[in-house]
Amino acid sequence: MKFTLSWLKDHLDTTASLDEILEKLTMIGLEVEEVNNPADKLGVFKIVHVLDAQPHPNADRLQVLKVDTGEGEPLQVVCGAPNARKGLKGVLGKPGDYVPGLDITLAIGKIRDVESYGMMASESELQLSDDHDGIIDLPEDAPIGVPFVEYAGLDDPVIEIGLTPNRPDCASIHGIARDLAAAGLGTLKAKDRPQIAAQGELPFEVKLELGDKPQDCPAFGYRLVRNVKNGPSPKWLQDRLTSIGLRPINILVDITNYMTFDQGRPLHVFDADKVAGDLVVTHHQGEAVEFKGLDDKSYKVEAGTLVIRDDNGVESLAGMLGGEASGCSDETANVIIEAALWDPLMVARTGRKLGVNSDARYRFERGVDPAYLAEGLDVATQMVLDMCGGEPTDARIAGEVPQPEHIIDFPLAEVKRLTGLDVSEAEIKATLTLLGFWVSGNGAVVKVATPSWRPDVHGKSDLVEEVVRIVGLDKLKSEALPRIHPVSEKVLTLGQIRRGKARRALATRGMLEAVTWSFIAKDQAEIFGGGGADLSLANPISSDMSEMRPSLLPGLMSASQRNADRGFADVALFEVGQTFADDSEKGQKMVAAGLRRGTAKLTGAARHWQGNAADVDVFDAKADAEAVLAAIGTPSDRLMVFTDAPSYYHPGRSGALKLGPKNTLAYFGEIHPKVLEQLDIEGPIVAFEVFVDAPPAPKKKATRSKGAMNATNLMPVRRDFAFLVDADVPAEKLLKAAKGADKALIAGVNLFDIYEGQGVPEGQRSLAIDVMLQPIKKTLSDEDIEAVSDKIVKSVAKATGGTLRR
Amino acid sequence: MSDLNTLEAEISAAIAGAETEAALEDVRVAALGKKGSVSEKMKTLGKMSPEERKEMGPALNGLKNRVADAINARKGVLKEAALEARLASEKVDVTQPLRLNPADEGRIHPVSQVVDELTAIFADMGFAVAEGPDVESDELNFTALNFPEGHPAREMHDTFFFNEKEDGERKLLRTHTSPVQIRTMRSQQPPLRVIMPGRTYRCDSDQTHTPMFHQLEGLVIDKSAHMGHLKGTLEEFLKAFFEVDNVVLRFRPSFFPFTEPSMEVDVQCDRSGAEVKIGEGRDWMEILGCGMVHPNVLRNCGLDPDEYQGFAWGIGIDRLAMLKYGMNDLRAFFDADVRWLKHYGFRPLDMPTLLGGLSD
Repeated sequence: MKFTLSWLKDHLDTTASLDEILEKLTMIGLEVEEVNNPADKLGVFKIVHVLDAQPHPNADRLQVLKVDTGEGEPLQVVCGAPNARKGLKGVLGKPGDYVPGLDITLAIGKIRDVESYGMMASESELQLSDDHDGIIDLPEDAPIGVPFVEYAGLDDPVIEIGLTPNRPDCASIHGIARDLAAAGLGTLKAKDRPQIAAQGELPFEVKLELGDKPQDCPAFGYRLVRNVKNGPSPKWLQDRLTSIGLRPINILVDITNYMTFDQGRPLHVFDADKVAGDLVVTHHQGEAVEFKGLDDKSYKVEAGTLVIRDDNGVESLAGMLGGEASGCSDETANVIIEAALWDPLMVARTGRKLGVNSDARYRFERGVDPAYLAEGLDVATQMVLDMCGGEPTDARIAGEVPQPEHIIDFPLAEVKRLTGLDVSEAEIKATLTLLGFWVSGNGAVVKVATPSWRPDVHGKSDLVEEVVRIVGLDKLKSEALPRIHPVSEKVLTLGQIRRGKARRALATRGMLEAVTWSFIAKDQAEIFGGGGADLSLANPISSDMSEMRPSLLPGLMSASQRNADRGFADVALFEVGQTFADDSEKGQKMVAAGLRRGTAKLTGAARHWQGNAADVDVFDAKADAEAVLAAIGTPSDRLMVFTDAPSYYHPGRSGALKLGPKNTLAYFGEIHPKVLEQLDIEGPIVAFEVFVDAPPAPKKKATRSKGAMNATNLMPVRRDFAFLVDADVPAEKLLKAAKGADKALIAGVNLFDIYEGQGVPEGQRSLAIDVMLQPIKKTLSDEDIEAVSDKIVKSVAKATGGTLRR
Repeated sequence: MSDLNTLEAEISAAIAGAETEAALEDVRVAALGKKGSVSEKMKTLGKMSPEERKEMGPALNGLKNRVADAINARKGVLKEAALEARLASEKVDVTQPLRLNPADEGRIHPVSQVVDELTAIFADMGFAVAEGPDVESDELNFTALNFPEGHPAREMHDTFFFNEKEDGERKLLRTHTSPVQIRTMRSQQPPLRVIMPGRTYRCDSDQTHTPMFHQLEGLVIDKSAHMGHLKGTLEEFLKAFFEVDNVVLRFRPSFFPFTEPSMEVDVQCDRSGAEVKIGEGRDWMEILGCGMVHPNVLRNCGLDPDEYQGFAWGIGIDRLAMLKYGMNDLRAFFDADVRWLKHYGFRPLDMPTLLGGLSD
């Protein structure tokens, strides 16, 4: 919402300075976004008189002007504008002057060998409008030598406030003045409602044919004014409009724009001679039709759109935009003035759908004061009569102006309850009264009636806001919340704790935590098991970000490739974040996933004098996954390793870590070479995904005690075994069999060598383990050790078919 | 006797001349071994007369002991020399650089670290951490939060929508973490103190807006929490977070559908340099939005607004990180450039605590 200081002062009698007004506006909730005084930039430009204009000797389209600046000798200026001519009063910039519209500082120039001592300015060069068809052409009586801003009334700060959507009343300068007056910055100027003397009958009618949606247009006020003389507006009105960036059209149209900003009352004017028959407010039916708006754009009006139509067709988009066909031109002699009420939701919906952004829509969708409808029509009519003459008919209203009576029982203590502020009863009442509320009653609870221009005020808390924003939020006193617990309690959930631990565990393994987009490209999503319709955005910001990610890996893989493209090939990245299996709450899962690319191993990447790093392999990813699981409370000795990882992993170099066949805690492995190729990503890449919420919650313990440590003084004994097994026998199976051979005595089994090749039969491999025997009661005799060894060999043979290698 | 003196002199010379422990051993065997020169002399004692023996016995024993001592002494010298030689040969260049400790190379993303910092502060004030799904219903993201159907306030949120389903339901990506307020109030009884960090989404993209960002909302519901408490809470939080002695806040009236009264909060700062300095200067910078929870929102959660009251606020986590740690481009947060992650990330063992300082 834009206005100028002088326009504000039409409504506010104040001695406050500009700075005081700006500060107050912001502090009462009308946040000042920009203040700009055109005079600050344009003060140097002065009005000049073109004494002579001769063709340029060396250029057809240029002229050489002799310009009287009001002081000293006339200046020679080269000018290319088609409207430059002898006798013209225009605006001159001299060498050294900054031209905002061109972002240059003028200098003495030489154009095709003719010297030029300045520039005749266009409106666009001064950023007054987009008009660059010619230079500024002022009336003959414009005073030579006077600063142009002074003459044009531009020495007037333009203030733009960011209006929150709840304040339709401040989409009018009058409303802003009311707020400032209530906040103690002067008094609101009241204007008397004009008395319009009616002449003649209305030869037509406005009909509301709204079917089952009468709320779309509760009331439509209108009047005909005959025999008007339209044309360009007087200077004061043109200046008002141009000052806030509106383009003057003609008096009738300018009046509607003026009323829109001055009173927040959008109006429309129809050229009565272009209207055929009655005007009907109705929802468009049947085929969609083209509608040419006054904004020079075409709109497609579909069935159901609320329009104003006559025998010729659609004449106006209700509440938003008038039509070109029945618009007012300089020749308009008879005018219909419309002051209607439209349903805010209808206007918002239709405006959004059609893409109309008009000042009328802006106000109607926030809510225009219904009570001002008739008065607004009269004020506009009086302006027409004052500037265009004519004979007005009676005003008529189709439908009925709603008179909502909204009374709030307001306990005055509510202010203290919600704000903690002590505001006296008198101040509360006075503040509300100045804002236009009616307060009645004495005692603890008063009755407050809301004014017709405040549809946003519904209840007690709204009134509290009105009071505190005017009294001043700077008066709020800080108070500490009382402590609930003398010592802070544990506040994190198991999932939150696990995610934190997973993060720090992975970072201690040399990995960098990334945060990547929750949405990825469709082909990526599909490869990783997603891409379903329920997780596809209807309005993605780009096709690369259209699907909710089923896995963190595509985002991390793309990130690794971006880094490789920048020259960092050996990267270890991880992310702890959400994945989406479906659009339900349960479909969202928390995952700690990561990847290692190139030679980014735990112990370091690339070459080193202590040993070069090899390419990452599946066991690097397995180690990361197990580290996360250990950190979040699932040590690796409880895990079962399966080989059924998803298809985006290498089928022979991947696995799943589970607690039982159904509870998958993690996947790890090399990324499938085909996936790398499909996504145009270079490997090698190994990756893991840990489902951090999958491990069961630990059981509640009765005590925090770790119990006694049972350590014996007896020396453990180690024995080595090498078994020949079929190559497809999982090592884990053999280790379990060995360990289970004597649970009391065997304290640990360690796989220390794997060998295939010479000395081992084809199709088999040798697995060498060392077994630690921990005696508990007495030192082991040779016979004891022999007996356990025998058990181990038998147990392994039974489980794996393995034989002791001799 | 003179031949004993000669023998001793010879052996002494041999001991002194032994350059290795092996040579010394040879000397020892030659003198004291079974057939050594001294041992041979000892053997002659048996054939001597008592008078001779009386004289020669002590002399020979003396010789034997002196030779043995001399050998031991020489042994010590040789061992020392051998050790010195070994040590000299074992010298390495200790300036050779090592691979970095993985824990020194890994980094925590600033967003995670800042959430940990915020959690540390608010946990101390008795706040729990609540979460909710990113894919939300229209009801929880808008309607329950007092955004009327079709109201222009919904337009302020550039919402990402999913496709409409057969039953007419259309899910969306939450535009703020406020749906978690509703979930919390509907599932727990007051008094409530929660913070709600999480990912939020809006169709917007430039240097300071990304289609995904992180928000932290706070909610306090009880029977007495008012705007003074809100101001106090925010002041303490910002002071602790920015680790400064003082912050000055300016509250301005504003509008959010889910709070009434609603306010925006500016923090006093110095914007004269390249980086914003909180806690000094005379400029204002908008930092968060807040207000008293709207009676309609309380009602939508089954709470009587005449009995319960409270406040809520929302602030950008990414923005907090940028202001505190000096990043200037939000988009870089989500690009996973390892140079950025190493520069702005945090060491894994630097866990923020109040007792040790959040970022010390």
